[in-house]
Amino acid sequence: MSEASPARAYASHLGVMALLFVLSFLLPEYYHGLLARIMVLAVFAMGYNILFGYVGLLSLGHAMFFGAGLYGAGLAVIQLGWSVPSAFLGGIGCGAVLALAIGLLALRTTGVAFMIVTMMFAQVFYLVILYFATWTGGDQGMVVPQPARVLTFGATALDLTNPTVRYMTALALFSLVLLITLAIVRSRYGRVLVAIRENEERTKMLGYDTFSNKLAAVVVSGAICAASGAAYALLFGYVGSSFASVQYSILPLLWVLLGGAATTLGPLIGTLFMYYVIDITSGYTSAYLLIVGIALILLVLFFPKGILGSIRQRWLGWLP
Amino acid sequence: MMPLLITKGLSRNFGGLRAVDNVDFTLMPGEIRAVIGPNGAGKTTFVSLVSGRIQPSSGMIVFDGADITSQPAYVRVRLGIAYTFQLTSVYANLSVYANVALPAQLTLRHGPSKSAIQAAVMAALERTGLADQAAMPAGQLSYGHQRLLEVAMGLALKPRLLILDEPTQGLADGEIDNFITLVREIAKNATVLLIEHNMPVVMHLADRITVFNAGKILAEGAPEAIRENAAVQEAYLGTAP
Repeated sequence: MSEASPARAYASHLGVMALLFVLSFLLPEYYHGLLARIMVLAVFAMGYNILFGYVGLLSLGHAMFFGAGLYGAGLAVIQLGWSVPSAFLGGIGCGAVLALAIGLLALRTTGVAFMIVTMMFAQVFYLVILYFATWTGGDQGMVVPQPARVLTFGATALDLTNPTVRYMTALALFSLVLLITLAIVRSRYGRVLVAIRENEERTKMLGYDTFSNKLAAVVVSGAICAASGAAYALLFGYVGSSFASVQYSILPLLWVLLGGAATTLGPLIGTLFMYYVIDITSGYTSAYLLIVGIALILLVLFFPKGILGSIRQRWLGWLP
Repeated sequence: MMPLLITKGLSRNFGGLRAVDNVDFTLMPGEIRAVIGPNGAGKTTFVSLVSGRIQPSSGMIVFDGADITSQPAYVRVRLGIAYTFQLTSVYANLSVYANVALPAQLTLRHGPSKSAIQAAVMAALERTGLADQAAMPAGQLSYGHQRLLEVAMGLALKPRLLILDEPTQGLADGEIDNFITLVREIAKNATVLLIEHNMPVVMHLADRITVFNAGKILAEGAPEAIRENAAVQEAYLGTAP
């Protein structure tokens, strides 16, 4: 929030990107693939964090934006034969347009009503996918065929099913969205968003149209979540309705809470943490969700601001 | 000279209560106008109608020759009506700097640079004597300093009309003296509408005084005239037995 130490903020973020880059060459195959997936889902969490962390709007329907990107890109490739870049952009466009429409309606409410309205819209989205099973594959989902998942630049063709290409593409998207988030948070617009979270009435009386600012945040958040969904479809080749279910509306909330709401790197840390806890505990017991639940309760009890939020509060006040 | 603010037949009902009742009010540019009256007289409701925080039940508000009755609050702020809150509502978790940067960046919409915002913020903080506390979270300021921060936020909007709602409430005597000096400073470039209970402050500052009672304007005039006005004394002290 402060004006000071932009250099430290950017350096730490570039450091995280560099670390993720190096990890690509060090990790064993299984974890390499898992981390690529985590980076794409961390983009989902970062999009969620814009709205939840910075504007203070708790949505329980963000699965529809992830789903809009997932199905927007997936259907474009499978049904319309679009190339990878246009399908990716098409997916983001679907998410942004959906977010604009949902924002216009849902932002008429606040608090609990906003949670319920977003959740209901997400359920409608989910049921629409199941209803149009002829095109969407219903609850079976669809597989994006391997030959379609190739990115061509003139003569060079990048095969997105190749683990290294997939990892680097995921890293590129993650890095881009991380830098966009950082730029938004440090901008004048970011200051307005935080002001709305802290005291919306006061912000109106300082001359800000809070509705338009919130609507813009919903669209940015929805577009980023859709980018994550579109990348998921193109990189991992599976477009399934479970990604639009209520579970995928709750997950980004948990990731962000775990990592630290309103921190730029918190979404990555939360997603990473949750995946590894599940990964490790499921190796020991089939009741791994119980352990995940206990870990979550302990975190909320002792680190209510999440992992990175607590670190920022105690030691690193300059973290954005 | 054209009045800066005019209200015509302005009313606001809360259920059966007429908090502001058919008020015709005129404010000339450059004035310091105090609004006084017993508790519940409708003073805060009146300025809330002017600032757009609440909508009138009937009547009309004209600011600088334009009808602003149906404009939302944020548009009125951009037109130059700044409102500082009666109950301090600074952003407690944000730094003093960020609190003032928010209104400052609004006035610099066209091609604002970081340094321009910084200059505007520091100017507002210097005027209110808060420059040394710029990096502190606003919630850690003393109560008196939070009131000053409210004023700094209003100043950063570069208002044409600054509405101060009970600004000296809870201030120590020494702080009040500084505050009077500050308001005189502000009044050089802006019109000030001041709701105030502290009579010495009102008598020191106001060019004219408007007295509210039961949602209506009871009297209006120069400080001396208001002091001598029998109806005002009655409203404040009750009728003589």
